[in-house]
Amino acid sequence: MRGMSVVLRRELGAYFGTPVAYVFLMIFLVLTGAVTWYLGNFYEMNQADLRPFFAYHPVLYLALIPALSMRMWAEERRSGTVESLFTLPITMGGAVVGKFLAAWIFIGVALLLTTTNWISVAFLGEPDHGIILAGYLGSFLMAGAYLAVGSLVSALTKNQVIAFVLSLVACLTLFLVGQAGVLEFFGLFLPENIVDWFSSLSLYTHFIAISKGVLDPRDLIFFVSLIALLLYANAVAIDYTKAR
Amino acid sequence: MIEIQHLSKRFGRLQAVDDLSLTVLPGEVLGFLGPNGAGKSTTMKMVTGFLRPDKGSIVVQGHDMAKDPIAAKACIGYLPEGAPLYPDMTPQTLLRFAARARSIPAEKQAGAIDRAIGLLELEGVRHQRIETLSKGFKRRVGLAQAILHDPKVLILDEPTDGLDPNQKDQVRELIRSMSADKVIVLSTHILEEVEAVCTRAAIISEGQLRFNGKPSELRENSRYAGAVELRFEGQAPADSFLTLSNLPGVERVEALEESDYHQGWRLFPKAGTPILHAVSDHVRSHGWQVRDMHVDRGRLDDVFREITRSGMAPSPRPSQPQPAQALAQEEV
Repeated sequence: MRGMSVVLRRELGAYFGTPVAYVFLMIFLVLTGAVTWYLGNFYEMNQADLRPFFAYHPVLYLALIPALSMRMWAEERRSGTVESLFTLPITMGGAVVGKFLAAWIFIGVALLLTTTNWISVAFLGEPDHGIILAGYLGSFLMAGAYLAVGSLVSALTKNQVIAFVLSLVACLTLFLVGQAGVLEFFGLFLPENIVDWFSSLSLYTHFIAISKGVLDPRDLIFFVSLIALLLYANAVAIDYTKAR
Repeated sequence: MIEIQHLSKRFGRLQAVDDLSLTVLPGEVLGFLGPNGAGKSTTMKMVTGFLRPDKGSIVVQGHDMAKDPIAAKACIGYLPEGAPLYPDMTPQTLLRFAARARSIPAEKQAGAIDRAIGLLELEGVRHQRIETLSKGFKRRVGLAQAILHDPKVLILDEPTDGLDPNQKDQVRELIRSMSADKVIVLSTHILEEVEAVCTRAAIISEGQLRFNGKPSELRENSRYAGAVELRFEGQAPADSFLTLSNLPGVERVEALEESDYHQGWRLFPKAGTPILHAVSDHVRSHGWQVRDMHVDRGRLDDVFREITRSGMAPSPRPSQPQPAQALAQEEV
């Protein structure tokens, strides 16, 4: 992991040193606000919780996270800086994890900025703060999984647009396999245990489980091991593609 | 010290580097020459640890690149081809990043950065975003990054490409000034650059080492293109200088060695005139005892082409194209 913190710092500097960060944060805040208060029928529900807020995160992330992750490796390879990076005395693992963590921290900052919603709810009623915290945890883990997918895809192409589209499709697939409708469709011709297995691979299923406030270690292990697996594949992919 | 043993690298069907062995010692400046696509950059990318070789070993300052890449990379300063840099950083933040990545102690980082910025005269653009800098400045930022940690080994892929003549001179001067205790390898398309800064030239073509020697060897070849060297048994006959000078096709005659005891002459032909037959007829008609007579081959670019184009006879054309043109023709 040598070089991880150095790469992490550089990447965070790159996010906040360019308009990317501020445009992204603004769009994220506007969209989360809009879907919560309008699409989510926050007022009509007349309940002091943030379920409508979190319910739309997986969908918002589908567009926003590939937009963030598309440049992670594609740009390094296109501009050739990947060569400068890997001739420094740092390890592949350090670079991959450093880049990933920087992007994840960035999402974390975006999520932190949405805690105004939490304050509003606390002001309007008496929400279950544990559930809201769990919601944030679930959302953050979900974002991490999408990011790991996006980072891997970004390592496979030099073209940011291709990286964006492929990441979106990959994340959408991981999201959809857990949707009730999709599972029913597969249930028509696949045995039940295979459908269950599909469902257990879905980000959405685990996200919902965590955001209900039930912290099952299996859900946490799912996200952490998925991210770890994707980052490992990411390192292998860069090692293979960096020369091309 | 860099020790390269039987290095090979293949990309698909292209054998980029083919069984290349080379050793570079401290104090040496090795000029790496070859046509585009000869394998120069690929070799440098393997020596710096960016690419893994298919076969062969690379040992840098005693560290095997395959077994201990971190230690080996720590000894190396590298300027990749085209000097790629993060466009959103400034020279200051980029050098700070490199200093941290190279684990330069925090209290020494500022000094190392100031030194590199001073050596490459980057003070004026220190806090300017790299994407707004000119090509020459970008190249110098890349060089600053390469020399930041005062490495024992410097690998520079076309360090003067894109610089104006004054900047080229500056960079060459910088390389010369650092060369005393360092191992320096630089690649270039400019043959004259090899003479200007390198103590040794290595020419590769099709991934193979074709020439490995002093630049002066190339230089001699270039000056005496087409000249006939004539060496007598014992001292040169008294009238030989004058009569040879008057031969048709002979431009001028000079002594082979600077002394009063002349053993032979070097005869420079007028442009494009083969003079070997005229000279040998002349020698025979006078009955001189000749120990050795031969035609010196090629100019610098001529030699370069001869070396890099395997199995091809040197061009019979009297006017040779410049190296850049020769390379451009090869690309077509």
